[in-house]
Amino acid sequence: MANCKETLNELEPYIDGELSDDAKAHIHGHLDGCVDCQQAFEFHLELKAAIRRKVNNDELPNGLLMRLESCLKEDFDGDGNVGVPSDR
Amino acid sequence: MVPLVGVHGRRIARHRLVLTTFLLVADRSTFAERAMEYAPQLYSTALRMTRNAADAEDLVQETIMRGYRSFDTFAEGTNLRAWLYRILTNAFINRYRAKQRRPTETDLADVEDLYLYKRVSTMENAASSLSAEDQFLDLFTDEEVKSAVEGLPDTFKLPVILADVEGFAYKEIAEMLDIPVGTVMSRLHRGRKAMQKELYEYAKARGLVDTPGNSD
Repeated sequence: MANCKETLNELEPYIDGELSDDAKAHIHGHLDGCVDCQQAFEFHLELKAAIRRKVNNDELPNGLLMRLESCLKEDFDGDGNVGVPSDR
Repeated sequence: MVPLVGVHGRRIARHRLVLTTFLLVADRSTFAERAMEYAPQLYSTALRMTRNAADAEDLVQETIMRGYRSFDTFAEGTNLRAWLYRILTNAFINRYRAKQRRPTETDLADVEDLYLYKRVSTMENAASSLSAEDQFLDLFTDEEVKSAVEGLPDTFKLPVILADVEGFAYKEIAEMLDIPVGTVMSRLHRGRKAMQKELYEYAKARGLVDTPGNSD
């Protein structure tokens, strides 16, 4: 059974989904009997989710959308291929 | 060239469905279409990287165009989103970091582990004002969290965005930034702590932290 220090060392790989099933089972074994570590893990899972939710919501400017679409559709250099010239 | 089989078939193995999705990209216009689906995400990331709307727009345009042009090098079966993010990351580094080749790890003060978590109890009064559905972390506004991410030095900001916001795996981030996985982990660790400290400073500035003597 891992102790608190060993368990908390794995906190970040755990919340990032980087641990093997064995390693996760090891962590869960500790968390089941340790409310303190359990709370710390839950907090950081929520923190990661909150960052994702709050940071990834910028609206794509309409101008950019139109610029991208025209770049992808037009044959700027008349070489028969759409998009910007390949030697740019 | 592998034929596009089973598109309309009824009993297609799951792996073949996935493969088909990637093979379809082999068509240039399909690539453009699929790449455009990621434009909003790429723009959000570019905005965090550059902290400037005009620069972010240029960066996204460069990314989509570069992807479109170097599309021949896109390996079938690889992840299109990860591929585009690699181009975005490289475009950003080339544009804005060309002069400072050596990332400075020392320009970020060392912060105690579990920094924010250890201070949750000092924000209990503020948290008690939240409605039942709100989580503790909703005390922080979107702008505060964005600003905490943006304020990190690039060396730490890129791994934090790629892991926390975009959910890429360590190995993918290591490839994008051309650094070892261990370095990704250590930069993430330090970057996250610094970000937590910044969030706590915002909370303090807004009076969300109970000052000693003020609490019972």
